[in-house]
Amino acid sequence: MDNRKLFVSSHAPYWHNGSSIASKSYNIMLAAIPAVLMGIYQYGAPALGVITFSISCAMIWELVMNLIMKRPISIGDGNAAVIGLMIGMLLPAATPWWVVLIGTFLAIVVGKQIFGGIGCNPLNPALVAIAMLFLSWKGIMDFNEALLNYELGFPMVYPLSTLKYFGVEAISEFSAGALLMGAQIGGIGSTFGLGLIIGGIYLILRGFIRWEIALSFLAGVFITALIFNAANPDVYAGPFFHLLTGYTLIGAFFLSTEDSSSPVNFIPMLIYGALAGFLTVLIRNIGAMVDGVVFAILMLNLANPLLDKIRPKALGKEMENA
Amino acid sequence: MIKRPFFGCGKPKLAYAGIDGPEQGDIKDIPVSERAVLFVEAPPSAINDLSFQAGDKIKTGQNLRVSPFSKAAFTSTVTGAISNVAKKKGYLGKPLLSVSIDVTETDEFDEDFARAVQTEEPEETGRYLSELPGAADLNALIHPKTPLETIVVNGMDKDLLVTTQQMIVKSKADDLKEGIEYLKKITGNPKVVLVVPNYLSTEASKSGVEVLTVAPSYPNSLPEMIMKDVLKKVVPAGMDSMSLGVGFISAEGVASLKSAVTEGKPPVAKMVTVIGKDEKTQVVRVRVGTPIHSVLEALQIPMEQGDRLVMGGPMTGRSIYTEEMPILPDTDAIMVQGRDRIVLNGNDPCINCGECIRACPVRIPVNMLVRLLENSQYENAAREYDLLSCIECGLCSYVCEAKIPVFHYIMLGKYELSLMERAEESANG
Ligand code: SF4
Ligand code: SF4
Repeated sequence: MDNRKLFVSSHAPYWHNGSSIASKSYNIMLAAIPAVLMGIYQYGAPALGVITFSISCAMIWELVMNLIMKRPISIGDGNAAVIGLMIGMLLPAATPWWVVLIGTFLAIVVGKQIFGGIGCNPLNPALVAIAMLFLSWKGIMDFNEALLNYELGFPMVYPLSTLKYFGVEAISEFSAGALLMGAQIGGIGSTFGLGLIIGGIYLILRGFIRWEIALSFLAGVFITALIFNAANPDVYAGPFFHLLTGYTLIGAFFLSTEDSSSPVNFIPMLIYGALAGFLTVLIRNIGAMVDGVVFAILMLNLANPLLDKIRPKALGKEMENA
Repeated sequence: MIKRPFFGCGKPKLAYAGIDGPEQGDIKDIPVSERAVLFVEAPPSAINDLSFQAGDKIKTGQNLRVSPFSKAAFTSTVTGAISNVAKKKGYLGKPLLSVSIDVTETDEFDEDFARAVQTEEPEETGRYLSELPGAADLNALIHPKTPLETIVVNGMDKDLLVTTQQMIVKSKADDLKEGIEYLKKITGNPKVVLVVPNYLSTEASKSGVEVLTVAPSYPNSLPEMIMKDVLKKVVPAGMDSMSLGVGFISAEGVASLKSAVTEGKPPVAKMVTVIGKDEKTQVVRVRVGTPIHSVLEALQIPMEQGDRLVMGGPMTGRSIYTEEMPILPDTDAIMVQGRDRIVLNGNDPCINCGECIRACPVRIPVNMLVRLLENSQYENAAREYDLLSCIECGLCSYVCEAKIPVFHYIMLGKYELSLMERAEESANG
């Protein structure tokens, strides 16, 4: 044998910009911290319990699936933890532990792994779980019922339920400022508007989520609510109320922007976001459900493969078809 | 390595190395090595009936046909004795013959060279000039399939950190003028334009031809981008600029032509930007055929087990497995990457993050393309997802969050397609 040095060989490029799935996941978790902390501050230990249990369960389900399917262990990329965190943020603080266990199972196993794992899920896994929980145990996902035993110094009613069942007059007790500061009941990490906005802006500026989706979702909600409100202000709440209540903000920044289930081309991203926002308000104002974010985004997840076909022609292809 | 900026929600912005960088030392001359290796593109069968053999003497500038049955020929860049001929395979399986030569110190120049260059008989000139430093494709310009309307002299470097071509524009603008005149003569008088990064326009104007400038950000110097941005012509997918009557030659190639014609001797030195482990660069002048280890030794850049050696720059270069590889007429750069800087590819599938979509200069749906390529659906990839529009810039791999070797898949796809095409052709004809 000659003592030739062995070099590492591979195809170009030899540089990488340093991004990774893990860094994206951890930054999403970082961005969620303000909203989560507010939830924990408001509801105390039960909220902390739900969040941490949800993250741990999601990671364990992921690990179990890795082992069963004999795939490389993938909990290190943080994606399962993010899904767990999202579920925790959407649930009320009083959620029983077994609901969390089932919810994370639904998200990781049904929502993600059976489709092939990261990148292959057609729907947002956390939303799949929440939708199934909602359909199975209405009471647990009804914030008024679930949070009956709390007294936090602001109206202990879910703003969107109030709107739905008592009309626009009844929501006058919610000021935009108070809603923004989290003075409303709801999911543990979904009520602190300002925190979610700060987290969202952080993710957008650092390029971890696609701004086109988040902003067009918000625009969709805003414009649709504005039109309804203008048409009949006695029946339909104004746009700011819709922006600051329910899952709107967490939906815009953390849910609709999930990579695998949303488009990547410019026009499709705008359509996807705007339609999801539109559907959200439509469901809230006309549909049977109190909040529309979950099902609106899931619907658009389904439309995503079709939407993403709208794309510019690659250079050099225009001529052929012209 | 240029990392993603802390705030970054748009395209990656990668600037070419400017020529005035403080670390840009003077050009260093590398002494001629004892052994030179020349590569000739020739069918593998040529080795059975070579028109020369080990021990034959060869002069600098001497042009040799590989075999009486093949058109393949090469011009020696050194004087010495042929020691060995071997079959080799180049990038994408290109068949090559490597001719090793034991070099004698003083050059003896072949007289036929001067005569051939002066005849302006395209056949002769093409044969002798086909491997000038920086002008490896000259023959394609002399014998174009579509009549040439324009020749673009590219004064920009192909890759990041490389300053070879800019150095030529800066230091040899006068040579460019004469070189361009000669180039016009042997290619049937097409229009010639000089493309340079915007900060070199003053120097470039000395060339006497129309100067067009480009912003120095990657990948603006690739031929397809120059076609689109500067000449406002779009190269159809799967074709090259020659099919639109536009040829490319590097600034160095033109300068080489000039010295070949005025001196009657072949220019044998290639300018090469050497990129060290710390990404500092040094431009060297080195004889074509010199093994890379001689260059690295002269610059005191040690290579160790587990490092990476690349011919070319960080985005598009080709990694090689031996320091014995010689400097070729189109080697603009050599890059050494320490093992601690090597980023390995990941295991994950595409997560649909969309970074590649933002980065791709020609709007290829890379996220979909890579899914097809991973499953060997090459024809489908070309039809539905624009595989053949790719201009081979490597940005998609550079930004990929899942660290998928996207560019590798793309080149593999193109290669497999070309094999299929060839198989079809031979079946039909
Ligand atoms: S290498 Fe990648 S980024 Fe560059 S043109 Fe091809 S597909 Fe687009
Ligand atoms: S950058 Fe990589 S992971 Fe992201 S969409 Fe493109 S191919 Fe997929």
